[in-house]
Amino acid sequence: MNVACDIELQRKLTPGPDETLVFDAPKSLVDTPMHFCPGCQHGLIHRIVARTLDDMGLQERAIAVGSVGCSVFVYRYISMDCVEAPHGRATAVATGVKRARPGNFVYTFQGDGDLAAIGTAEAIHAANRGERISVIFVNNTTYGMTGGQMAPTTLLGQKTTTCVKGRERETAGAPIRMAELMAQLDGVAFSARVAVNSVKNIRKAEKAVRRAFEVQEQGLGFGFVEFLSTCPTNWRLDPIKANERVETEMIPCFPLGVFKEMGE
Amino acid sequence: MSRIVVLESRCKGCLLCAAQCPKKIIRQSERFNAKGYKIVEVADEDMALCTGCASCAMVCPDTAIRVFRTRKSAGAGE
Ligand SMILES: Cc1ncc(C[n+]2csc(CCOP(=O)(O)OP(=O)(O)O)c2C)c(N)n1
Ligand code: SF4
Ligand code: SF4
Repeated sequence: MNVACDIELQRKLTPGPDETLVFDAPKSLVDTPMHFCPGCQHGLIHRIVARTLDDMGLQERAIAVGSVGCSVFVYRYISMDCVEAPHGRATAVATGVKRARPGNFVYTFQGDGDLAAIGTAEAIHAANRGERISVIFVNNTTYGMTGGQMAPTTLLGQKTTTCVKGRERETAGAPIRMAELMAQLDGVAFSARVAVNSVKNIRKAEKAVRRAFEVQEQGLGFGFVEFLSTCPTNWRLDPIKANERVETEMIPCFPLGVFKEMGE
Repeated sequence: MSRIVVLESRCKGCLLCAAQCPKKIIRQSERFNAKGYKIVEVADEDMALCTGCASCAMVCPDTAIRVFRTRKSAGAGE
């Protein structure tokens, strides 16, 4: 239901004479329910992106490029023009969009199956070419939409539907660290890894997204932010335990931080 | 006092907000929304403890919480 239709709710949402609304939804976020599972942090990441687009005044000029996976519905949630790319090809599509419309701001929103498996080549070469695009990469250590298969980011020992005894290094390699990998490439102007498991980390994530967007605006090159995110459904954990797993298991393997930052 | 409003049609009952609230005033209610999720609530008597820190709203994956902070100069006690 649209929030605006509920009169009782509207009354509660009207600030009193001595009240200030200190937390509201960003304007760039569409006022609609999201399809994500309970506790899934995809929605929170969309919100951080939308807030940054608001703060930088980019809404009118931004074009989002969606990918395949649970991230696919970016066009439902972000109030601006969107292009839907085939699986893994978001950075290639975004390259075309940005080159055709250099005055627009272009970002992609991609999962780990999308960016770090089927789309690795597109992502790395767009980054290496220094395309003026920004990439939001959601690492939830699994293929969410298709039922929790192993991704290149799956942790060693983590059980998925395609590694039921846990991922083994001997046969499947070790988890790929995209933010560090991207930082090695000359075309990359900003690369960071963030998490949204606590208020403190959410604030750092907001700063990182801002920098990844600014380097595009400043013409410095490719901006990349890897988000550690939960998939409670496929991890078979309740949302709180899934959020705790980010701290106890993911961050030790995927350290948070800024791995590259070019100045102006 | 400050206060929060939970948009009940958006809440998925994940309880991440309850876990983050420093005052521990957010709890699971006995009510379900149209989607079948058991939504959260703050008891009327507990709302006075809300500081308006917005931690709950920050961590809510579904942007289901709005936070209103009461300006200090206006209130007597709170
Ligand atoms: C070319 C192609 N191959 C395979 C698929 C099936 N498919 C849909 S989503 C997906 C995985 C998505 O996983 P991820 O990128 O990790 O996103 P998440 O759902 O976890 O957010 C796959 C393999 C497809 N849609 N197109
Ligand atoms: S399957 Fe996983 S990634 Fe997809 S919406 Fe559900 S929790 Fe989120
Ligand atoms: S974090 Fe949001 S969706 Fe989850 S229980 Fe709280 S209000 Fe509901």
